[in-house]
Amino acid sequence: MEQQAQIVACPGCLVPPPASASPPAARSNAQIALSLPTIHCQACIARVEQALERHPNVNAARVNLTLRRVMIDAEPDVTAAHLADLLRAEGYEAHELDMASLTQTDTDLIGKDLLMRLAVAGFASMNVMLLSVAVWSGATDVTRDLFHWISAAITLPAIAFSARPFFANAWRALSARRLNMDVPISLAIVLALVSSLWETWLSGAHAYFDAALTLTFFLLAGRWLDARTRAVARSAAEELTALEVPRALRFCNGDWVETPVAQLVVGDRLLVRPGARVPVDGTVLDGRSELDRALLTGETMPVAVQTGDGLCAGELNLTGPLTIVATAVGADTSLHRLAALVALAEGGRARYTSLADRAAKLYAPGVHILSALAFAGWWLWSGDLRLALNIAAAVLIITCPCALGLAVPAVTTAASGRLFRKGVLIKNATALERLSEVDTVVFDKTGTVTQGVPHPLNWGDISRPAQRLAFALAQGSSHPLSQAICAAAQAGGLHPADVAQRRENPGRGIEAIWDGRRVRLGRPDWLGVQDDSGDLVVALDMGDGAAVQLRFSDHLRAGSAELVAALQRMNIAVRLVSGDRPSAVQQVANRLGIDDWQAEVPPEGKARIIADLQQHGHKVLMVGDGLNDTAALAGAHVSISPASALDAARVAADIVLLGHDLGPVADSLLIAKQATRRIKENFRIATLYNVVAVPLAIAGLATPLIAALAMSASSITVSLNALRLRGRS
Amino acid sequence: MNVLAYLIPISLVLGGVGLAGFIYTLRAHQYDDPEGDSRRILNDQWDDRPRPD
Repeated sequence: MEQQAQIVACPGCLVPPPASASPPAARSNAQIALSLPTIHCQACIARVEQALERHPNVNAARVNLTLRRVMIDAEPDVTAAHLADLLRAEGYEAHELDMASLTQTDTDLIGKDLLMRLAVAGFASMNVMLLSVAVWSGATDVTRDLFHWISAAITLPAIAFSARPFFANAWRALSARRLNMDVPISLAIVLALVSSLWETWLSGAHAYFDAALTLTFFLLAGRWLDARTRAVARSAAEELTALEVPRALRFCNGDWVETPVAQLVVGDRLLVRPGARVPVDGTVLDGRSELDRALLTGETMPVAVQTGDGLCAGELNLTGPLTIVATAVGADTSLHRLAALVALAEGGRARYTSLADRAAKLYAPGVHILSALAFAGWWLWSGDLRLALNIAAAVLIITCPCALGLAVPAVTTAASGRLFRKGVLIKNATALERLSEVDTVVFDKTGTVTQGVPHPLNWGDISRPAQRLAFALAQGSSHPLSQAICAAAQAGGLHPADVAQRRENPGRGIEAIWDGRRVRLGRPDWLGVQDDSGDLVVALDMGDGAAVQLRFSDHLRAGSAELVAALQRMNIAVRLVSGDRPSAVQQVANRLGIDDWQAEVPPEGKARIIADLQQHGHKVLMVGDGLNDTAALAGAHVSISPASALDAARVAADIVLLGHDLGPVADSLLIAKQATRRIKENFRIATLYNVVAVPLAIAGLATPLIAALAMSASSITVSLNALRLRGRS
Repeated sequence: MNVLAYLIPISLVLGGVGLAGFIYTLRAHQYDDPEGDSRRILNDQWDDRPRPD
C-alpha cells in the first residue's frame, strides 16, 4: 500500500524525462524574472546588475526600469529565491515572478505590430500628401498624372500592409454575417483606391490616394492607443498574478521536495507550513492547527482543525504545521468549482454592447445606404458611371469614421492614464462605460471594507501586568490575534514579561511558566471559559484562576467610511453583503453608516442577490476580494477588487485597486462619468462634421482637398477633446 | 520641371531611410525600456572601456 502510494505520489521522481520534458525546455538558459518595485534611477540599475553579475553562476542580468523588473540568465542550479535574497541584501525589495505566466500572454506583440503598420502608413501618407499638395496648388496635365501615378505606386503597397487589420476584421464580421466598424472602413479604402486608379488611368483631376492613407493612419493611431492602454493594464495585472508562484512541499523518496502545484496528483502527501496557503483540497494526516478561511467564506474567526478534518484549497494555515493527503487537485478542487459558478454568472455581462458598437450599428448601414443612394442617383441622372463611382467614393471617405475610430480610444487612454496614477487598474475595455452607469454598490465585508486584520477592543481595560504577559506569550506566533496583541503592546511601548518554557499548542493557544505558575493564552474553550457572544475572543489565564477575556474586531480599510459617505452623496444605494456572523457584519455596517446589510450569505447567495438587483433594473457595482465573491464579481454590471485579493477574484473583476485605500473608487466613478460624457461629445462632434461635409459630397462638390481637411480637422478636435480629461483633477 | 526627376526619388529615398531606421529600432527592442535607456546614459561605469561581452 505504501509502495503503491509512493508510485502514485511521485511520477516525476520515478520517470523524470517525459514528465519534465516541457518545463526545462523553457528553463534551458534559466530565465529568472524578479520584480523590483523600489528601483528608480541609473544608480539602482547599475547596483542591481553588478550585484547579480558578481554571482559566479549568473551569465547576464538586464534591468528594465519601465517595468521595474530584472531578467536574469543564469545556470539552472541558481534559484530565484537565492537571487532575490542577494538583492534584498543590497537594499532592494525583490519578488520572484512566475516566468510562465509572464511569457504565456505576452501582450506587447500586438502593440508592436500596430506600431509598425502605423509607421508605414505615416511614412507613405506624408510622401503622398506632399505630392497631393502640388496637385491641389495647380499641377496640371502630365505633371498631375505623373504625381498621381507615383502616389498610386506608394499607396497600393502601403495600404496592403498597414490596413490589413481592418480588412481581416471586416472579413471576419462579414463571414459571420454581421456588420462592424471595419466594414465601412475597408469598403471606403478599397473604393477610394479603385476609383482613384480609374481616374488616374483616364488622366482625371481627382484622386483620393492621400485620403485613403491618412484615413488608415488616423484609424491605426486609435487602435494603437487602445492596444497600448490595455497592454499597460494587462501587464500590471499579470505581474500581480506572477507574484504568486504556486509551489507545495511534497513528500518524495523520504524527503520534502518543493514542487509546482500543477504537478501534484491525488494521493500526494504534502506539508503545509504555518503561514502558507493550502495548495489543494485534502485531509489532515497529522498535526493540528487553525485555518483562516476569510478569503473563501468571509469568516474572520479562525477554524481549528486536526487529524481527519478536511481542508479546501486557498485556506491559510495559521499556527501549526499540517501533513495532508491530497484528495482533489487542479480543476477538481473546490477553488476551481467556484469557476463554474463564475462562468455561469458571466453570461449577463457578455450582453453589454459598448458605446462604440452601438454607434457602429447605427452608423454602418446608414453610410452604406447613403453612398449607394448617391451612386444610384448620379448614375441615373447623368448616366456617367465614372462620375457616379467617384461621388460614391467621396461620400464614403468623408463619412468614414476616422473621428469615430479615435473617439473612444483617445478618451479611454486619457482616463485610464489618470486612474492608473491614482492606483486604479482598468482591465476591461468597456469597464469605464459600465462604471458610469452604476446606481447600486454592493460591498463585501472581510478584506474589502475592512482590512481583514483584527485589533483588540478592550486592550486598555486590562491590567498592565496582564498586558505584558499577553505580549510575552503572543510574541513569535503567526496567528492574527497574537500579532494584533503584539502590535497593540508595541504601540503602547510595553516590554514583554519574563516567561519560561513558552510552547505553542497548535489549534489551542500558547502556554508558559511565569513566576512559577502555568499561564495560558488561547481559545476560550481551552481555558474553560464560556463565551457565547460570537465575537473574536482570546482568553488569558494568569495562573490565578480567573481568566481575562480579550475581544477583537476588524479595522476598517482606509477610505472606506469616506467612500460610503461619498457614494450616498452621489445618490448611489450602498449594500453590505458578507459570509460572516451577523454581529460582526452589523458592527461594521453601523460604523460605515450602511443600513442595508446581510450576513451569513453563501457564495451562490451573493451572486443571486446581484442577479435579483439587476433584474429589477439596477446597475450594480460589486466590490469584493474573496473567492466567495468571484461569482458575484463576474455577475455584476461592473466589479472592483483590491490587489490584496486572491488571484481568482482579481481575474473576475474588471478593475483592480492597487493601493490599500478604497478612496479611489469614488474617483473612478467620477472619472468614468466624465469619460463617458466625453465619448458621447466626441460622437456628436464627429457627426457634426459629417452633417456639414456629406451634403457637399453628395452634391459632387467634395474635392480631395475638402476630404483631407474634414478628416484631419475632426480627428484633431476629437483627440483634443479627449485630452481635456487628462488635465483636470 | 526636370528637377522633379531628381527631387521625387531623393525625397522618397530619404523618407524610406527614416522608415527603415524606425523599423530597425523597433525590431532591436529599443522601445522596450524607454525610461531605463534614458537613464543608463548617465552611468559612468563603461566610460573608459567598452563593456566586455
